[in-house]
Amino acid sequence: MKAAVIIFPGLNRDRDMVAALTKISGRAPATVWHGERDLPEADLIVIPGGFSYGDYLRCGAIAARSPIMDAVRERAADGVKVLGVCNGFQILTEAGLLPGALMRNTSLKFVCREVKLQVTNADTPFTRLYEQDQVVRCPVAHHDGNYFADPQTIARLEGNGQVAFRYAEGTNPNGSINDIAGILNENKNVLGLMPHPENLIEPAHGGNDGRALFASALDLVA
Amino acid sequence: MKARVTVTLKAGVLDPQGQAIEGSLASLGFAGVASVRQGKVFDIEVDGTEESDARSQINNMCERLLANTVIENYAVEILD
Repeated sequence: MKAAVIIFPGLNRDRDMVAALTKISGRAPATVWHGERDLPEADLIVIPGGFSYGDYLRCGAIAARSPIMDAVRERAADGVKVLGVCNGFQILTEAGLLPGALMRNTSLKFVCREVKLQVTNADTPFTRLYEQDQVVRCPVAHHDGNYFADPQTIARLEGNGQVAFRYAEGTNPNGSINDIAGILNENKNVLGLMPHPENLIEPAHGGNDGRALFASALDLVA
Repeated sequence: MKARVTVTLKAGVLDPQGQAIEGSLASLGFAGVASVRQGKVFDIEVDGTEESDARSQINNMCERLLANTVIENYAVEILD
């Protein structure tokens, strides 16, 4: 399984993502600069977290209109797995690859802590190595993670099993509707989530609850 | 030609920043503030003198970048 990581100016979690993918898969992912128009062959495309373009205009808005995003959109339409974490999730919603939007946290504060996540749908290419409804630990670090969509869209997401992860045990850090932490597109090959599974993959991180997400997406054994 | 684009949150979309500003106004002693919604203003200068051309170009800018129409409305005003 080959992975490619898209790099935008202003990201700061890209190196963590590259390290996690390298450690889990045993091979370094390709890295692709935002100004490129072509993507290398890849089974998993990852957009990491950070502050692309300084969060100017809206988080992810400028990055979502970068040249490389047309290629990401084409691959996603072909069924290639696309994962967006934190700012990557914001970029995927701004690019129209996922519905809804990420709004300012209701607390108005940047939240950096550990939360509990419920695996709301374990029957997806990203979550199949978790148990259905399993509760795992995961760090979050964001200012704009408050998921919003109109009631019809929320009902559709809930009805189609497109909610992949939900904040559990009262740990919703941002006021997100229905405690939504991560959503999938209709075909379930595009996942966006605010938490950072790449920061909980080995004992040095204090746990490895995030590992199964990458192992699932990379077709590995957890 | 100069235009002003105003982007505002749609009704029903939570605006925690607007609420914080509302709270701050109350703490300054401004009575009777029913609500505050925060938005953005863009002043844009475009080439050409045809108002309809400018308006259609700027509407297109709003749809494609300036507003996120999932959560925001926009209004375009031609200034001169």
